[in-house]
Amino acid sequence: MSDDRLDPATLADDLVNRVHALASLDALREAEASLVGRRSPFAELQRTLGALGEEERRTLGAALQAARRRVEDELEARRALLGAEERRRALEADRLDLGDVVDAAVRLPVAAGHGGLIAATQRELEDVFVAMGFTVEEGPEVESDWYNFEALNMPPAHPARGLWDTLYVELGAPETVVLRTHTSPTQIHLMERAVATGTLPIHSVMPGRCYRRDTPDARHLVAFHQIEGLVVDEGITFADLAGTIESFTGAYFGPAITSRLRPGFFPFTEPSAEFEITCTVCAGAGCRTCSMTGWVELGGCGMVDPAVLDAVGIDPERYHGFAFGFGIDRCAMMRYEIADLRALTENDVRFVEQFS
Amino acid sequence: MRISLAWLREFVDLPESPEELRAILDDLGLVVEGIERVGEGLEDVVVARVEKIAPIPGADRIRRVVVDAGAGPLEIVCGAWNFDEGDRVALAPVGAVLPGGFAIARRTMRGVTSNGMLCSGRELGLSEDHAGLLVLNDQPGAEPGRRLVEVLGLVPDVVFDVSVEGNRPDAWCVEGVARDLAVRLARELRAPRLASPNATTPTASLAGARIEALDLCGRLTVSVLRRVTIAPSPAWVAERLRACGMRPISNVVDASNLVMLELGQPTHPYDLARVAGAALGARRARPGETLTTLDGVERRLATAGRGLGDTGEDCVIVDGEDRVLGLAGIMGGAASEITEGTTEVLIEAACFEPMAIARSSKRHGLRTEASARFERGVDPTLAPRAVARLVAVLEESSPGLEWLAEPLDVTGEIAEAPTVTLAASDVADLLGTSIEPDEIRRLLAGLDFALEGDDPFVVRPPARRLDVRAGLEGRADVIEEVARLHGYGRLTRRVPAWPEVGGLSERQRTRRRLRDAAVALGAFEVWTPTLIAPSEHALIELGPPVTVANPLSTEESVLRATCVTGVVRVWLRNLERGRGDVALFEVGTVFTHPDVAAHPRRTRGGVGGRSEVDLPEEGERLTLVLGRPGDDAVAATVLARALLGRLALEDVVVRALADAPPGLHPTRAAALVDRASGARLGVVGEVDPHLVARLTGGEAPRRAGLVELDLDALADPTRATPAPRTIRLPSRFPSAVIDLAFVTPDALNAQDLAHALGATDERVESVTLFDVYRGGAVPSGARSLAFTLRLSSPERTLDEREVAQLREALIEAGRALGASLR
Repeated sequence: MSDDRLDPATLADDLVNRVHALASLDALREAEASLVGRRSPFAELQRTLGALGEEERRTLGAALQAARRRVEDELEARRALLGAEERRRALEADRLDLGDVVDAAVRLPVAAGHGGLIAATQRELEDVFVAMGFTVEEGPEVESDWYNFEALNMPPAHPARGLWDTLYVELGAPETVVLRTHTSPTQIHLMERAVATGTLPIHSVMPGRCYRRDTPDARHLVAFHQIEGLVVDEGITFADLAGTIESFTGAYFGPAITSRLRPGFFPFTEPSAEFEITCTVCAGAGCRTCSMTGWVELGGCGMVDPAVLDAVGIDPERYHGFAFGFGIDRCAMMRYEIADLRALTENDVRFVEQFS
Repeated sequence: MRISLAWLREFVDLPESPEELRAILDDLGLVVEGIERVGEGLEDVVVARVEKIAPIPGADRIRRVVVDAGAGPLEIVCGAWNFDEGDRVALAPVGAVLPGGFAIARRTMRGVTSNGMLCSGRELGLSEDHAGLLVLNDQPGAEPGRRLVEVLGLVPDVVFDVSVEGNRPDAWCVEGVARDLAVRLARELRAPRLASPNATTPTASLAGARIEALDLCGRLTVSVLRRVTIAPSPAWVAERLRACGMRPISNVVDASNLVMLELGQPTHPYDLARVAGAALGARRARPGETLTTLDGVERRLATAGRGLGDTGEDCVIVDGEDRVLGLAGIMGGAASEITEGTTEVLIEAACFEPMAIARSSKRHGLRTEASARFERGVDPTLAPRAVARLVAVLEESSPGLEWLAEPLDVTGEIAEAPTVTLAASDVADLLGTSIEPDEIRRLLAGLDFALEGDDPFVVRPPARRLDVRAGLEGRADVIEEVARLHGYGRLTRRVPAWPEVGGLSERQRTRRRLRDAAVALGAFEVWTPTLIAPSEHALIELGPPVTVANPLSTEESVLRATCVTGVVRVWLRNLERGRGDVALFEVGTVFTHPDVAAHPRRTRGGVGGRSEVDLPEEGERLTLVLGRPGDDAVAATVLARALLGRLALEDVVVRALADAPPGLHPTRAAALVDRASGARLGVVGEVDPHLVARLTGGEAPRRAGLVELDLDALADPTRATPAPRTIRLPSRFPSAVIDLAFVTPDALNAQDLAHALGATDERVESVTLFDVYRGGAVPSGARSLAFTLRLSSPERTLDEREVAQLREALIEAGRALGASLR
C-alpha cells in the first residue's frame, strides 16, 4: 500500500463521519452517490484495482468491500434514524387537541346513509319474534366443544357431527375449542342461566354469526348468520312449534306464504322436523328454484331432546321445549333475490347504497 | 342413497307415478333429492365387436374403429382408448337417441365418416363411468348385433336419490325404505328369497371365529362356501348395483354389495385359502401394527388421533395366526381378497360398536359404504339373514355351491333393547295432537315394535332400531315414529301465548340506536370478515393472534382483534373505484387472545364438559371510517359526539391521548371518556397514516377520520353513566346570552372548563365552545377558548345586575382552574 490516502479502512472512517453529519433525509439522498455510489472514493479505488497483481488485488478488493459495506450500513442506519425523526416531527406538527373541537365548525353530512343488508334482515326477523313475545339473546362465537356439541347430545366422534364441517381454534387440547357451527350453544348458555337464576320459562330467539369449514360459493360463506328460537315452558307441544313457525312465516314473508313440516333429524331435538315454506319465487306453482315442488326448505326444528334438558338441569318430565333455526343470509337472499352471497362481503359502495 | 324403484317394487306394491311416491317418501322423512330415469332410450343400442383400430392421420385424440354389429363392417370415429381389437362394446347407431335426448347422426371428422357412436357407461345412463367405453366382454350373450337391453336384461327404471337421516340406519337399505312405505300405504312387505346351508359338514370342522374385544365387536358370524365359481354376476344383479351407483366386479363381491344395499348389512368375503387357519377373530389393534388396506394405503394402527377423546383404538379382523386382515367394519386388506382363482370363500358378517367405527374411520380418513353403516348402527340380529340372502343371490351364478352347516356365530357385548312405557296421553302431551291408542299400536307394530299392555303400552323396539333409547328419551323417539307415520302434515297447529312480554335488551337497543344514528349521519354499513390473514393481524399490534387450527386458507386463519383494518381496507378499495367519498362503519365482534385478555372467558370444556378452558374475550365495536375529502380527526370528533348524543349519556369528554392506541394517528387521537365513571367508551381521531400506507403499499391518499366505540362499555351503566331521567322544563323567560373568552393552559381540557362553567350556577342554561385561538397575545402553552353562555331563571327575566354577578362567578370558576379572562 504505497498511498495512505487509499487505505479503505481510513477512508471508511472518514466517510462514516460524513454520514453522521447528515442532517436530513434530503441531504442524505443528495450525498448518497458521493458516499457509496458511482461518484464515491470507493468507485475510484475500484478502478485502480485492475492495475494490481492478482494477490494484491484480492486483498485490497476484500478490504474495499468491507469498508464499503460499513459505510452502507451506517448510511441505512442514518436513513432510518432521520426518517423516524422526520416522521416524529411531521406527527408533532400534525398534533391536534381534539378536546378543543368546535362542533359548529364541522358540517355533518346531509346525505342518507345505508344500513347493512344482513343487519337489516336480522332486525326485521328480531322484530317479528319480539312482537310474538320472544326476547333476543346473544352468545359468543368461540365456544368449547362441550357447548357446541356435547351438551347438544353429540359426544366426541358422534357421526352427527359430520353434519357440520368444523373450524377449530388453537387453544387448549386439540379440537376442544371451536368456532361455533350453529347458534345452538347459546341455547345451552341460556338454559343454564335460567336454571341458575330460576328464570324459567324461556321464550327467546338467538341470532348470530356462525362458521363452517366449507369452500365459499354463491350460496355459502365460511361465516354465516343464523337465528334460532327456543321455548322452554310447561305444557309446550309440537303443535306450538308448528303454529309458531306458521305465524312467523306469514308475518315475515307475507300472507301468501305458508309453511309445512316434514320429519328430519337433529341430535338435540326429538321429534325433529325440517320446515319448508311456499317457494317465494313461484308462489307455490313450481319452478326451477323449488325443483317443481312449490316448496323451499328454510330450516330445522323440533322438540328439545330430553337429554339436552337433562344436561342443563331442567326436569324433562315437567318442562317441554321446542327449538327452531334457519339462516338469516338465506332469508336476505330470498327477499332481495341476491344471486351471489359473496357480493355482501365485497362491500362495494354501489351495492350497499341500494339498501334502504 | 340411490334406490331403484324396480327393486322397491319387489318388496311392496307401489303407486305408478314416481312423483306421487316422491311426495310420500318426503313426508316420511326419506327426502327425495333427485329422480333419475335409467334404461330408457337404449332400445337402439346394440353390441358391436371391434374388428380393427387404426390411427387417423393428423389426429392424436381420435381413432378410426371398424366394428361389426352383425351387419358387416361399420366405420366409427372414437375418442376412447380403453379397448382393443376383439372387444365387445356398445354401439349407438345413426338415428339412435340416447338418454338425455342426444341424437346420433352421421358425422365426418378429419375425412373419416363416423356411422354411429361407441358409448361409455355414463353416456348410456348406466353408470357414472366416463373414463372409457362400456366393455361387454364378460357379459354372457354379448354377441354382435344383439340389443344391449336384452344382453344386460335392462328394464327401464327410476332411481330415487333418497337422503336418509342419521338416526335411521334401519332405512338405509331397500328393505328399510320399503318397510316405511308398506306401513304408510298399509300394504304387505314381501321378504326376499333366502338360502339355507346345504352341506352336512359343520362349519366348525373347517373354520374358526372368536371375539377378543367384546366391547368393540358385538357379533361375528363366519360362514364357509365351497365349490364357488367366480364369474360375472347375473344381469339383474349388475343392473341393481349400477342403478345404485356401484360397479359390478364379480359374483361374490357383487352379492356382498347387493345384500348391503338391500338389507343394510355389510359383509366381507375372504378367499379361504388365503386366511391362515380359515379362522377370523376380532380384537383391538396393538400399537406398532400396520395394515395395507384394499386401496393400497399402508395404515398405522392403534395410534392416538387429534380428535377429542380419541385414544387411537382400532378394531381389526385377524386370521388364525393373529395376523391383521382388515380394519373391522371399514375396509379389508389386500392380502385376503377374492380373486379369479378363489374356490372357497369365508363370509364375515358382523356388527361393531358404532362409536369405535366412527373414531377409526375419522382418524384414518377412510369412509366406506360399510363404515358409514356401522357407525350409524347395524341391526345386531341381521347377520345370519344377510348371509342367507347373499348365498341365495350367489347360487344363481355359481351353481353347485356348498354352504357348510351351522355357520359360526360368536357374540360380544350387545346392549339389551330398551323398553319404553308409552301412553296415548304422552303422545298428546308432546305432540299436541291426540292419536287413538289403536292407531298408535297399528303404526308401531308395522315397524315391528313389540307392544304389551293397552294404553299405557310397554314398547320394545326391534333390534334394528338402534336409535331408540330408554326412558324419557326413548319415549320421545317412539313418539317421533308415531308422528312420522301418522304424517306431520296432519298434526295440530296452535299459536302459543305466554304472559311474559318479548323485547330487546338494553345492549341491543343501544346497538340499534348507534347503528341508526350512524346511518342517519350518512354512513354506509359494511360487513368485513372476522377471519383474516396473520399478516393482516400483524398490521396492528394487539397481542397474539387467535388462530384457527384447520383453516381453509391462511387468508382466513386468524380471528380479527380489530375492525379498523377491515373497514379501512374497504374504504381504500372503494376509493380505487372512485367511490371513496363515503363514511363506512361496521358493528362487529373482535377477539382478544385469553393470554392477554382483561377478562378471558373460562368455560366448561373437554370430554363430558368435565374440565375448564380459557376462551378469547369477545368484544363488540362500532368502527367508523370517515373517508370523504376534508374528513379528519375534527370531523370524526364531531361525528362521535353526535353518535353518543343518541345514547342519553350524562357527559362524555374528549380527552387527548398521550399514547394513541394502535391503528390511530399517534398525535391526532383522543379518548371518549365518561366523566362520572372515568371509563373509556371509545376512541376518536384519524386512521394512522402509517397503517394506510402499509395497506396501499404507498403513501396514504388522504386523511381519514376514525371513530371506534366500545359497545361493551356503552351497554354497561356503571361505565357509561346515563343522563338523569328527570327533564328540566325550559324557562318561559328570555335567556341572557354572554360570551366569555379564557386564556387556557393547554393542559386544561376545554370540556372540563365548560363543565366547570356550567356547574357554577343552576341559572347557567348552556355552555358552548365557539372559538379556539392561538398566537397573538396568547402566550405559548395556552390557547384562548371562547364560550357562548346562556343564562336564565325559571322565575323571572334576569336583570343586568344578576347577569353581571353571574359573569363574575363564571370568571372566578375559570380562574380556579387556571383559565384567565382574555
